[in-house]
Amino acid sequence: MNNTELLYKAFSSALNIELDQVTPDLTYNTIAEWDSTAHMVLIAEIEGVFDVMLDTDDIIDMSSVAKAQEILTKYDVGF
Amino acid sequence: MPSLESKIILITGAARGIGAACVKYCLDKGATVLANCRTEDAAEKLKQSLAESEVSRLQVLLYDVTDSDSIKRQFRLIQSQYSRLDGLVNNAGFMLEQPIPMTRKQDLEGLFATNVNAAFEHIQLASRLMIRQKGGSIVNLGSVVGEQGARGQAAYAMSKASLSALAKSAAKEFGASGIRVNTIAPGFIETDLTAHYSEQQKSELLAHIATNRFGKAHDVAKAIGFLLSDDAEYISGQVIGVDGALALP
Repeated sequence: MNNTELLYKAFSSALNIELDQVTPDLTYNTIAEWDSTAHMVLIAEIEGVFDVMLDTDDIIDMSSVAKAQEILTKYDVGF
Repeated sequence: MPSLESKIILITGAARGIGAACVKYCLDKGATVLANCRTEDAAEKLKQSLAESEVSRLQVLLYDVTDSDSIKRQFRLIQSQYSRLDGLVNNAGFMLEQPIPMTRKQDLEGLFATNVNAAFEHIQLASRLMIRQKGGSIVNLGSVVGEQGARGQAAYAMSKASLSALAKSAAKEFGASGIRVNTIAPGFIETDLTAHYSEQQKSELLAHIATNRFGKAHDVAKAIGFLLSDDAEYISGQVIGVDGALALP
Protein backbone atom coordinates (compact mmCIF):
# COMPACT_ATOMS: atom_id res chain seq x y z
CA MET A 1 0.00 0.00 0.00
CA ASN A 2 1.48 3.37 -0.97
CA ASN A 3 1.25 6.52 1.17
CA THR A 4 -1.76 7.90 -0.68
CA GLU A 5 -3.64 4.68 -0.10
CA LEU A 6 -2.55 4.68 3.56
CA LEU A 7 -3.78 8.27 3.96
CA TYR A 8 -7.13 7.56 2.32
CA LYS A 9 -7.56 4.50 4.49
CA ALA A 10 -6.76 6.62 7.57
CA PHE A 11 -9.45 9.12 6.60
CA SER A 12 -11.96 6.36 5.93
CA SER A 13 -11.22 4.65 9.23
CA ALA A 14 -11.07 7.79 11.41
CA LEU A 15 -14.17 9.43 9.94
CA ASN A 16 -16.00 6.13 9.60
CA ILE A 17 -16.87 6.74 5.94
CA GLU A 18 -16.55 4.62 2.80
CA LEU A 19 -13.14 4.63 1.12
CA ASP A 20 -14.64 5.95 -2.13
CA GLN A 21 -15.86 9.05 -0.27
CA VAL A 22 -12.25 10.03 0.36
CA THR A 23 -11.09 12.34 -2.41
CA PRO A 24 -8.54 15.19 -2.45
CA ASP A 25 -11.45 17.66 -2.30
CA LEU A 26 -13.00 16.22 0.85
CA THR A 27 -13.03 19.15 3.27
CA TYR A 28 -13.41 19.61 7.02
CA ASN A 29 -16.95 20.31 8.24
CA THR A 30 -18.54 19.63 4.82
CA ILE A 31 -19.77 16.20 5.88
CA ALA A 32 -21.36 15.37 9.22
CA GLU A 33 -18.73 12.72 9.91
CA TRP A 34 -15.82 15.21 9.83
CA ASP A 35 -16.51 17.49 12.78
CA SER A 36 -14.13 18.78 15.45
CA THR A 37 -14.33 15.56 17.48
CA ALA A 38 -13.64 13.38 14.45
CA HIS A 39 -10.80 15.71 13.48
CA MET A 40 -8.87 14.75 16.61
CA VAL A 41 -9.46 11.06 15.88
CA LEU A 42 -8.26 11.68 12.35
CA ILE A 43 -5.11 13.43 13.57
CA ALA A 44 -4.38 10.59 15.97
CA GLU A 45 -4.91 8.06 13.17
CA ILE A 46 -2.64 9.92 10.72
CA GLU A 47 0.07 10.34 13.37
CA GLY A 48 -0.09 6.62 14.11
CA VAL A 49 -0.05 5.50 10.48
CA PHE A 50 2.85 7.75 9.45
CA ASP A 51 4.65 7.81 12.82
CA VAL A 52 4.74 11.59 13.03
CA MET A 53 3.77 14.15 15.65
CA LEU A 54 2.09 17.14 14.04
CA ASP A 55 2.46 20.72 15.18
CA THR A 56 -0.68 22.45 16.42
CA ASP A 57 -0.68 24.84 13.44
CA ASP A 58 -0.65 21.88 11.07
CA ILE A 59 -3.56 20.25 12.92
CA ILE A 60 -5.55 23.45 12.49
CA ASP A 61 -4.53 23.77 8.83
CA MET A 62 -5.39 20.18 7.91
CA SER A 63 -8.69 21.16 6.38
CA SER A 64 -8.87 18.76 3.42
CA VAL A 65 -7.38 15.53 2.15
CA ALA A 66 -5.22 17.47 -0.31
CA LYS A 67 -4.02 19.74 2.51
CA ALA A 68 -3.21 16.69 4.61
CA GLN A 69 -0.96 15.40 1.84
CA GLU A 70 0.73 18.78 1.55
CA ILE A 71 1.32 19.00 5.29
CA LEU A 72 2.61 15.44 5.57
CA THR A 73 5.28 16.11 2.95
CA LYS A 74 6.81 18.54 5.48
CA TYR A 75 7.24 15.53 7.76
CA ASP A 76 9.10 13.59 5.05
CA VAL A 77 6.09 11.54 4.00
CA GLY A 78 6.26 11.23 0.22
CA PHE A 79 3.23 11.04 -2.09
CA MET B 1 -6.10 -3.03 45.40
CA PRO B 2 -5.99 -1.27 42.02
CA SER B 3 -3.56 -2.75 39.52
CA LEU B 4 -1.55 -0.71 37.06
CA GLU B 5 0.05 -3.78 35.52
CA SER B 6 1.62 -3.09 32.10
CA LYS B 7 0.37 0.50 31.96
CA ILE B 8 2.67 3.23 30.65
CA ILE B 9 2.35 6.31 32.87
CA LEU B 10 3.99 9.73 32.54
CA ILE B 11 4.35 11.75 35.74
CA THR B 12 5.58 15.35 35.63
CA GLY B 13 7.44 16.89 38.56
CA ALA B 14 8.38 13.40 39.67
CA ALA B 15 11.56 14.19 41.59
CA ARG B 16 10.10 14.67 45.04
CA GLY B 17 7.03 15.06 47.22
CA ILE B 18 3.74 13.91 45.73
CA GLY B 19 5.37 13.24 42.35
CA ALA B 20 7.97 10.90 43.82
CA ALA B 21 5.35 9.15 45.96
CA CYS B 22 3.25 8.69 42.85
CA VAL B 23 6.21 7.21 40.95
CA LYS B 24 6.79 4.71 43.75
CA TYR B 25 3.10 3.80 44.02
CA CYS B 26 2.70 3.27 40.27
CA LEU B 27 5.85 1.14 40.06
CA ASP B 28 4.64 -0.85 43.04
CA LYS B 29 1.37 -1.56 41.20
CA GLY B 30 3.16 -2.85 38.11
CA ALA B 31 3.28 0.19 35.82
CA THR B 32 6.14 1.36 33.66
CA VAL B 33 6.74 4.93 34.81
CA LEU B 34 8.12 7.76 32.72
CA ALA B 35 9.27 10.20 35.37
CA ASN B 36 9.86 13.81 34.40
CA CYS B 37 12.65 15.51 36.36
CA ARG B 38 14.44 18.77 35.62
CA THR B 39 17.96 17.81 36.65
CA GLU B 40 20.13 14.72 36.72
CA ASP B 41 20.73 15.21 40.45
CA ALA B 42 17.01 15.12 41.14
CA ALA B 43 16.62 12.05 38.95
CA GLU B 44 19.46 10.30 40.75
CA LYS B 45 17.88 11.00 44.14
CA LEU B 46 14.60 9.61 42.87
CA LYS B 47 16.29 6.43 41.65
CA GLN B 48 18.11 6.00 44.94
CA SER B 49 14.82 6.15 46.81
CA LEU B 50 13.48 3.17 44.86
CA ALA B 51 14.18 -0.54 45.05
CA GLU B 52 16.36 -2.02 42.30
CA SER B 53 13.50 -4.14 40.99
CA GLU B 54 11.37 -1.01 40.64
CA VAL B 55 14.03 1.03 38.82
CA SER B 56 13.96 -1.44 35.92
CA ARG B 57 10.48 -0.15 35.03
CA LEU B 58 11.44 3.50 35.52
CA GLN B 59 12.50 5.77 32.69
CA VAL B 60 13.59 9.27 33.63
CA LEU B 61 12.72 12.02 31.15
CA LEU B 62 14.87 15.08 31.78
CA TYR B 63 13.13 18.23 30.60
CA ASP B 64 11.66 21.54 31.68
CA VAL B 65 7.85 21.37 31.52
CA THR B 66 7.69 25.02 30.43
CA ASP B 67 9.74 24.31 27.30
CA SER B 68 7.28 23.42 24.51
CA ASP B 69 9.93 22.00 22.19
CA SER B 70 11.22 19.72 24.95
CA ILE B 71 7.70 18.48 25.69
CA LYS B 72 7.19 17.62 22.01
CA ARG B 73 10.53 15.80 21.91
CA GLN B 74 9.50 13.69 24.91
CA PHE B 75 6.19 12.74 23.32
CA ARG B 76 7.93 11.81 20.08
CA LEU B 77 10.16 9.57 22.16
CA ILE B 78 7.16 8.02 23.92
CA GLN B 79 5.47 7.50 20.55
CA SER B 80 8.49 5.80 18.99
CA GLN B 81 9.46 3.79 22.07
CA TYR B 82 6.08 2.69 23.45
CA SER B 83 3.51 3.65 20.76
CA ARG B 84 1.04 4.35 23.57
CA LEU B 85 0.43 6.15 26.83
CA ASP B 86 -2.09 4.92 29.39
CA GLY B 87 -1.76 7.56 32.08
CA LEU B 88 -0.62 11.13 32.55
CA VAL B 89 -0.19 12.82 35.92
CA ASN B 90 0.17 16.59 35.64
CA ASN B 91 1.94 17.10 38.94
CA ALA B 92 4.67 19.65 38.17
CA GLY B 93 3.97 22.90 39.93
CA PHE B 94 5.02 25.27 42.63
CA MET B 95 3.39 27.42 45.25
CA LEU B 96 3.36 31.21 45.24
CA GLU B 97 2.46 32.87 48.51
CA GLN B 98 1.99 36.59 47.94
CA PRO B 99 -0.88 38.94 48.71
CA ILE B 100 -2.63 40.26 45.60
CA PRO B 101 -1.16 43.79 45.78
CA MET B 102 2.37 42.34 46.06
CA THR B 103 2.18 39.86 43.20
CA ARG B 104 4.35 40.82 40.24
CA LYS B 105 3.03 40.08 36.76
CA GLN B 106 6.18 38.16 35.90
CA ASP B 107 5.66 35.94 38.97
CA LEU B 108 2.07 35.33 37.89
CA GLU B 109 3.17 34.43 34.38
CA GLY B 110 5.89 32.12 35.67
CA LEU B 111 3.39 30.39 37.92
CA PHE B 112 0.94 29.86 35.09
CA ALA B 113 3.67 28.66 32.73
CA THR B 114 4.49 25.79 35.08
CA ASN B 115 1.23 25.08 36.87
CA VAL B 116 -1.25 25.56 34.03
CA ASN B 117 0.21 25.96 30.53
CA ALA B 118 2.49 22.95 30.91
CA ALA B 119 -0.44 20.78 31.98
CA PHE B 120 -2.45 21.96 28.97
CA GLU B 121 0.37 21.13 26.56
CA HIS B 122 0.87 17.70 28.11
CA ILE B 123 -2.86 16.97 27.77
CA GLN B 124 -2.79 18.17 24.15
CA LEU B 125 -0.07 15.69 23.23
CA ALA B 126 -1.06 12.82 25.53
CA SER B 127 -4.64 12.86 24.26
CA ARG B 128 -3.44 12.20 20.72
CA LEU B 129 -1.69 9.02 21.81
CA MET B 130 -4.66 8.03 23.97
CA ILE B 131 -7.25 8.63 21.24
CA ARG B 132 -5.45 6.05 19.09
CA GLN B 133 -5.80 3.39 21.75
CA LYS B 134 -9.31 4.61 22.64
CA GLY B 135 -8.53 4.99 26.32
CA GLY B 136 -6.40 6.58 28.97
CA SER B 137 -6.53 8.39 32.27
CA ILE B 138 -5.28 11.89 32.99
CA VAL B 139 -4.96 13.27 36.51
CA ASN B 140 -4.29 16.92 37.24
CA LEU B 141 -2.94 17.94 40.63
CA GLY B 142 -5.17 20.71 41.87
CA SER B 143 -5.36 21.91 45.44
CA VAL B 144 -7.82 22.56 48.21
CA VAL B 145 -6.65 26.16 47.82
CA GLY B 146 -7.97 26.20 44.24
CA GLU B 147 -11.34 24.89 45.37
CA GLN B 148 -11.81 26.98 48.53
CA GLY B 149 -9.50 29.99 48.11
CA ALA B 150 -6.87 31.07 50.62
CA ARG B 151 -5.72 34.43 51.88
CA GLY B 152 -2.30 35.37 50.46
CA GLN B 153 -2.44 32.66 47.80
CA ALA B 154 -4.73 34.18 45.17
CA ALA B 155 -2.41 33.55 42.22
CA TYR B 156 -1.70 30.00 43.32
CA ALA B 157 -5.42 29.38 43.93
CA MET B 158 -6.20 30.72 40.46
CA SER B 159 -3.64 28.43 38.85
CA LYS B 160 -4.97 25.36 40.68
CA ALA B 161 -8.59 26.23 39.93
CA SER B 162 -7.57 26.44 36.28
CA LEU B 163 -6.42 22.83 36.46
CA SER B 164 -9.77 21.56 37.70
CA ALA B 165 -11.57 23.63 35.03
CA LEU B 166 -9.22 22.17 32.42
CA ALA B 167 -9.89 18.63 33.64
CA LYS B 168 -13.67 19.08 33.60
CA SER B 169 -13.58 20.44 30.05
CA ALA B 170 -11.10 17.84 28.79
CA ALA B 171 -13.27 15.10 30.31
CA LYS B 172 -16.15 16.28 28.12
CA GLU B 173 -14.01 16.74 25.03
CA PHE B 174 -12.30 13.35 25.22
CA GLY B 175 -14.99 11.26 26.92
CA ALA B 176 -16.17 9.71 23.67
CA SER B 177 -12.61 8.56 23.01
CA GLY B 178 -12.48 6.68 26.30
CA ILE B 179 -10.15 9.17 27.97
CA ARG B 180 -10.95 10.06 31.58
CA VAL B 181 -9.70 13.30 33.09
CA ASN B 182 -9.90 14.10 36.79
CA THR B 183 -8.38 16.39 39.37
CA ILE B 184 -7.00 15.44 42.74
CA ALA B 185 -7.14 18.35 45.17
CA PRO B 186 -4.76 17.69 48.05
CA GLY B 187 -5.10 19.50 51.35
CA PHE B 188 -2.11 20.23 53.58
CA ILE B 189 0.42 17.57 52.63
CA GLU B 190 3.76 17.39 54.41
CA THR B 191 6.24 17.86 51.56
CA ASP B 192 9.01 20.30 50.59
CA LEU B 193 6.28 22.60 49.31
CA THR B 194 4.96 23.10 52.85
CA ALA B 195 8.21 22.61 54.79
CA HIS B 196 8.56 26.35 55.39
CA TYR B 197 5.36 26.54 57.45
CA SER B 198 6.05 27.52 61.05
CA GLU B 199 4.83 25.38 63.94
CA GLN B 200 2.29 28.05 64.76
CA GLN B 201 0.95 28.10 61.19
CA LYS B 202 0.74 24.33 61.19
CA SER B 203 -1.02 24.27 64.51
CA GLU B 204 -3.60 26.82 63.28
CA LEU B 205 -4.17 24.79 60.10
CA LEU B 206 -4.50 21.54 62.00
CA ALA B 207 -7.45 23.01 63.88
CA HIS B 208 -9.29 23.17 60.55
CA ILE B 209 -8.63 19.55 59.56
CA ALA B 210 -11.44 17.26 60.69
CA THR B 211 -9.28 14.15 60.69
CA ASN B 212 -6.76 15.94 62.91
CA ARG B 213 -3.63 15.09 60.97
CA PHE B 214 -1.70 16.43 58.03
CA GLY B 215 -1.65 14.43 54.84
CA LYS B 216 1.27 12.37 53.55
CA ALA B 217 2.40 12.29 49.93
CA HIS B 218 1.46 8.61 49.90
CA ASP B 219 -2.18 9.50 50.75
CA VAL B 220 -2.33 11.51 47.55
CA ALA B 221 -0.43 8.93 45.49
CA LYS B 222 -2.99 6.26 46.41
CA ALA B 223 -5.86 8.42 45.14
CA ILE B 224 -3.98 9.22 41.93
CA GLY B 225 -3.16 5.54 41.44
CA PHE B 226 -6.83 4.64 41.82
CA LEU B 227 -7.86 7.16 39.17
CA LEU B 228 -5.19 5.82 36.82
CA SER B 229 -6.46 2.29 37.27
CA ASP B 230 -9.32 0.55 35.48
CA ASP B 231 -11.14 0.41 38.82
CA ALA B 232 -12.00 4.07 38.20
CA GLU B 233 -13.31 3.42 34.67
CA TYR B 234 -16.58 5.35 35.24
CA ILE B 235 -15.05 8.32 37.04
CA SER B 236 -14.30 11.37 34.92
CA GLY B 237 -14.56 15.14 35.17
CA GLN B 238 -14.36 15.03 38.97
CA VAL B 239 -12.43 16.99 41.56
CA ILE B 240 -11.56 14.64 44.40
CA GLY B 241 -10.26 16.14 47.61
CA VAL B 242 -7.55 14.33 49.54
CA ASP B 243 -7.56 16.68 52.50
CA GLY B 244 -8.90 15.04 55.64
CA ALA B 245 -11.96 17.32 55.38
CA LEU B 246 -9.87 20.49 55.59
CA ALA B 247 -11.98 23.67 55.66
CA LEU B 248 -9.71 26.63 54.95
CA PRO B 249 -10.47 29.74 57.04
